[in-house]
Amino acid sequence: MMSLRVPAPSSFNLQRFNEKRWRLGRDCFLSFSPSCVENRTGLIAVRAAKSEMTAFTAAEEETLPEGLQPELMPKHVAVIMDGNGRWAKNQGLQPWDGHRAGVEALREIVELCGKWGIQVLTVFAFSTDNWIRPKIEIDFLLSLFERTLKSELETLAKNNVRISIIGDSSKLPKSLLKVINEVEEVTKNNTRLQLIVAVGYSGKYDVLQACRGIAQRVKDGEIDVEEIDEELIEQELETNVTVFPYPDLLIRTSGELRVSNFLLWQLAYTELFFAQELWPDFGRNGFVEALMSFQQRQRRFGGRKS
Amino acid sequence: MADIIRQPLEQIHGFSRRCLFRVISMGSLPIHMAFIMDGNRRYAKKRGLEDGSGHKAGFSALMSMLQYCYELGIKYVTIYAFSIDNFRRKPEEVQSLMDLMLEKIKSLLDKESIVHGYGIRVYFIGNLALLSDQVRAAAEEVMEATAKNNRVVLLVCVAYNSTDEIVQAVKKSCVNKLVKHSEGRDRDIERIQLVDIEENMQMSVAPDPDILIRSSGETRLSNFLLWQTGNSQLFSPDALWPEIGRRHLVWAILNFQRSHSYLEKKKKQL
Repeated sequence: MMSLRVPAPSSFNLQRFNEKRWRLGRDCFLSFSPSCVENRTGLIAVRAAKSEMTAFTAAEEETLPEGLQPELMPKHVAVIMDGNGRWAKNQGLQPWDGHRAGVEALREIVELCGKWGIQVLTVFAFSTDNWIRPKIEIDFLLSLFERTLKSELETLAKNNVRISIIGDSSKLPKSLLKVINEVEEVTKNNTRLQLIVAVGYSGKYDVLQACRGIAQRVKDGEIDVEEIDEELIEQELETNVTVFPYPDLLIRTSGELRVSNFLLWQLAYTELFFAQELWPDFGRNGFVEALMSFQQRQRRFGGRKS
Repeated sequence: MADIIRQPLEQIHGFSRRCLFRVISMGSLPIHMAFIMDGNRRYAKKRGLEDGSGHKAGFSALMSMLQYCYELGIKYVTIYAFSIDNFRRKPEEVQSLMDLMLEKIKSLLDKESIVHGYGIRVYFIGNLALLSDQVRAAAEEVMEATAKNNRVVLLVCVAYNSTDEIVQAVKKSCVNKLVKHSEGRDRDIERIQLVDIEENMQMSVAPDPDILIRSSGETRLSNFLLWQTGNSQLFSPDALWPEIGRRHLVWAILNFQRSHSYLEKKKKQL
């Protein structure tokens, strides 16, 4: 997760804060084209990126690596991007460098998903548990998220990616909400890949808000209490933004063996893959390993393979 | 002749186990462990046994595991005995599992059973209405007979699905709110809180599991304790359930202790 490993700054220095904000503004984690840079006048200038990230189109279906079978690819992959802070510490860098590296890793995975026919990618960006972090850190991260969304809008539209944000929006700043609405609206008809970003989200929160929606419908006389069933709850969950709300595969990096309240209902039959690498090191190799593990699993859904 | 050798060996075995457990107890121990007992049928196939014997071997492994857990001082143990999804299996297999369960549930009432040995309070968690009258009656009898035990707790999830548990809790929360609303006690029905749902969950009689172990190498939750395992450590040893042993439990707890101290440190920092 982007947010968990950033420590609170011990003293607040306005000039250094603004400097760092600018540097992190280059972390265009949603860009597929060479990374964009905001220059002083606020115009977006394109700069050649160090890594060769190319935009993908429907015509450029990359062949799958050896060992992966196209018919066994998961439709929906969920990712807990853990380990940015530890990565930075190991390298002797600052935490925001870890997030920058994490952004590169995410860009790579998003691109691979698009090329390999994965239809939905859900990433855990900010949990409801993260609200207890210091305000300065939260403001920092949310404004980074806002600027990144703004700068990536054009690229997303061009690459036929639909972006959806799920989570409790009641605590998000109005400016961020405005950008989110705009990005969702502009990309809503895109069909290549749906990128769902969970911000202010947790599995329990999702079930709770579904419950509240259902309770209101019961109170309004629209449904009877006896009609409440699993399908009804599924319809009310925030993952109803996609036709594949249940991830086939969940990947968590950095060796932590827990789900940390990311998705809950939706993970009932999801195959879990725990990778040892820290998120910035995960990349293509780690992703292929996760996919190969997934393809070898026998999914029985409580029944029997006779 | 064999007994002369076997008894001292068992005593040495038990002694070394207790020593090992004492060492592990130096670190923090989980309060609640949960198990998905997967792989019984594969075990039977592997050993060339008939189908039902896998589940019988699984039951022995379960008794050993419970003994280890309670010896260590772990207060709550939850097991996934039978999922609502399992009703979709062949009727013969479902019936034989139900028969085995009835037999084993009744045996819990025996004076020599592990229940009396450790003072276990037993809960049966799940949609018990889906069970046959016999099995349900036996389960209710055990729950009533052990209601006064308070040393350790065993939660047996049978005819259980996490999504079903959540649906029932949501229904109850809605009904409670409606009642309060109609009595004028609650102005805003949308204000259902997390605690309203949680107190209506069947598993609310226990704290959340610290560790969930699923045997047979499968790494998924299979609709088990989704609500309660958000922060649990997950282990999936390759051993099939009848092959599960002390070493898997010890390994899981050692790993738990390692990450537990890291998490406690982080919590203090925040």
